[in-house]
Amino acid sequence: MARAYKVYSIENGTVIDHIPTPLALKVIRILGLENEGIMTIGIGFNSEKHPRGKDILKIENRELSHEETNKISLIAPDATINIIKNGEVVEKRLITLPSEVRDILSCPNPNCATNQLGARKHFLLENKDTVTYRCVYCERATVINPDMLASK
Amino acid sequence: MASFRGRSIVSIRDMSQDDLIKVVCTTEDVKRGDLTGFLNGKTVATLFFEPSTRTRLSFESAVLKSGGSVFGIANPKASSQSKGESFADSIRTVSGYCDVLVIRHPVEGAARMASELTSIPVINAGDGANQHPTQTFLDLFTIKESFGRLDNLKIGMMGDLKYGRTVHSLANALAMFSNELVFISPPSLQMPGHILKELDDGNIRYRNIADLEEAGTLDLDILYVTRIQKERFGDPLEYKKVAGVYRVTQETIDALGKDIRVMHPLPRVDEIAEEVDTLPNAIYFTQAHNGIPTRQALLGLVTGGLE
Repeated sequence: MARAYKVYSIENGTVIDHIPTPLALKVIRILGLENEGIMTIGIGFNSEKHPRGKDILKIENRELSHEETNKISLIAPDATINIIKNGEVVEKRLITLPSEVRDILSCPNPNCATNQLGARKHFLLENKDTVTYRCVYCERATVINPDMLASK
Repeated sequence: MASFRGRSIVSIRDMSQDDLIKVVCTTEDVKRGDLTGFLNGKTVATLFFEPSTRTRLSFESAVLKSGGSVFGIANPKASSQSKGESFADSIRTVSGYCDVLVIRHPVEGAARMASELTSIPVINAGDGANQHPTQTFLDLFTIKESFGRLDNLKIGMMGDLKYGRTVHSLANALAMFSNELVFISPPSLQMPGHILKELDDGNIRYRNIADLEEAGTLDLDILYVTRIQKERFGDPLEYKKVAGVYRVTQETIDALGKDIRVMHPLPRVDEIAEEVDTLPNAIYFTQAHNGIPTRQALLGLVTGGLE
């Protein structure tokens, strides 16, 4: 018998769909939502876009801002955002790469001031197509990958 | 063009073409002796968190020649950092003692960080493998002095193009003008892809060649030589072989044409034979001396002593 649902629907909040498996937990980290409120995570659903499957993240009672959801595009550019109010989808949102990123990405250059002298992590968008950002301090350009997420 | 007064000089990436021209033209005025005493009453601190005799002394000379006073640390072991003081605290403290901070630090981005911690101008005198903008300015000034222009030149860069920050910054700066670049290096030390990508994006003409002899057919105006460092090679024999191929001698000059100008950021080891020093083609000592008026001009501009 088919199950009625795989992930609980929510009354109010934000649903992030089409996250490539297994990045749902990293999306939570990029949003800085660890230990903040109720979230439901679904991992490894079938997906035409993502051969390894997709993850779904439902964040209850929290409407994420555009600034917040755009950060997701750093690791999951195809993710879609639905804002839910009273059980209805009130906004479908596409995400775009932020022009600058502070705090959440670590510079891979071990000799960078952010890693050696405590400078605040700060990247500027260099190339949208390749998702390349340049560190404001050591000036190295890097193609972003999920391993660059800074630990909190 | 943004005014230079109060501005930090951290990276060539922050500079527009107009900015580069302004610094080069001001350097011309300073070198001609038209401008004096423009640092009167100003104090400059030189904080060298790694040793560099040449750059530090030329900054100190530049300050004294312009009427300013200078103090600083030449040895990181003599600073409070050796007692465990943070870099940020050192910068915040010393910036209260002076009008300009000149910083060299082995960590990439240290000068940028310093410029964010203080309201006085910071001049980057080298941050690790990243930037050394005053070297680029003095290189540009030397080119302008020799050729009367900064564009329509064919410039060969030879040696360690992979790790040499001098050639990276100079390539970025020359790309702002209409020049053609020729990169001459062994395959293992070629110009990095990210620099080539930037040149591609700016539609700059360039080519990579491995053979200095081939450069003889290209009608170069300038050959900019850099040192190939022994430690980049695992095999000492391989180093010897490469270093021998990329060595400039009288014969090289003859092959490149009598009008070629040879530049080098110095120090040199043996990549240019001493016999070349006395030829009119050799302008690397003039280039080194141009560090003084260039740094005078920059200090004058950022303090507002020069407009």
